[in-house]
Amino acid sequence: MKSAEIIVPARRAFLGGAGKATLSVAAIALLAGQEALAQGASAGMQDVSILNVALGLEHEAINAYQLGAQSGLLTKPVLDVAVLFQSHHKGHRDALVATIRKLGGTPVAEKSMDDYAKALNAATLKSQADVLELAARLEMGATNAYLGVIPAFKDPALAKVAGRLAADETMHWSILANALGKPMPMAALSFGA
Amino acid sequence: MRTAFAAAALLVLAAPSQAADPARGKQLYDSRCIGCHSLDASRVGPAHRGVFGRRAGALKDYDYSAALRDSRVVWDARTLDRWLADPERLIPGQRMNYSVAEPADRADLIAYLRGQSQR
Repeated sequence: MKSAEIIVPARRAFLGGAGKATLSVAAIALLAGQEALAQGASAGMQDVSILNVALGLEHEAINAYQLGAQSGLLTKPVLDVAVLFQSHHKGHRDALVATIRKLGGTPVAEKSMDDYAKALNAATLKSQADVLELAARLEMGATNAYLGVIPAFKDPALAKVAGRLAADETMHWSILANALGKPMPMAALSFGA
Repeated sequence: MRTAFAAAALLVLAAPSQAADPARGKQLYDSRCIGCHSLDASRVGPAHRGVFGRRAGALKDYDYSAALRDSRVVWDARTLDRWLADPERLIPGQRMNYSVAEPADRADLIAYLRGQSQR
């Protein structure tokens, strides 16, 4: 199974997958006076909105790792890990794009590398540790962002997806933190709070 | 008696802002907000420095939702608290959808953002 297929909720796949079909169902529901079904379509668009914010995060992560990889600051083993993590984020991106399209939304576009470099202050990266610190900071932020939007999803299947994305980001953060010699979190439930 | 009760109620209401801790707010910002936001750069979300007193949807370098652009909300401690508690309830159609459940956490974050806005 392709990663892009993993996060398509079964219920929506059963509906045929096309967002336009979902909206048509909503239109029919409105005509028939079934407001609950029509509200379901609105809820779907709110889910699309959340997924698009997630896609923005993934675009930024891919470009952050690209900036690190091109910096010449990473040793070979660290570069290999950075490229692997970047490939995970590309998998997330592809899955999010596929899901947004299936729900009838328009995936948010990637910005230019220069835009990401400026926003992430890449000019200040002077060492491998600087690159890893930036990556760890973004991975921690992404973990907490995904955990934080779970309650906002109307579709529980998409909430589960956010949990799975958060798990990947947590795995990245843990390895980066270890490489940087950061102490392990001493308290339980240290993520998402 | 009634006056005393009202005064006590006011004290209770005022307590969270008096206890707000901007240093803890920075810790929360660095762990919870930094995924999308920075103080000085608009990224997945808009830049935050100067947010106090700014109208929602006002930064030129950020592509806001129509809901934010069209809202008449001006960010202050009260509107930020309502926003962080439930963004969709304050501005339906917004895109953030991330909420901060604990009032004390919101107060600390707002105290931090207020301090950074004054710099």
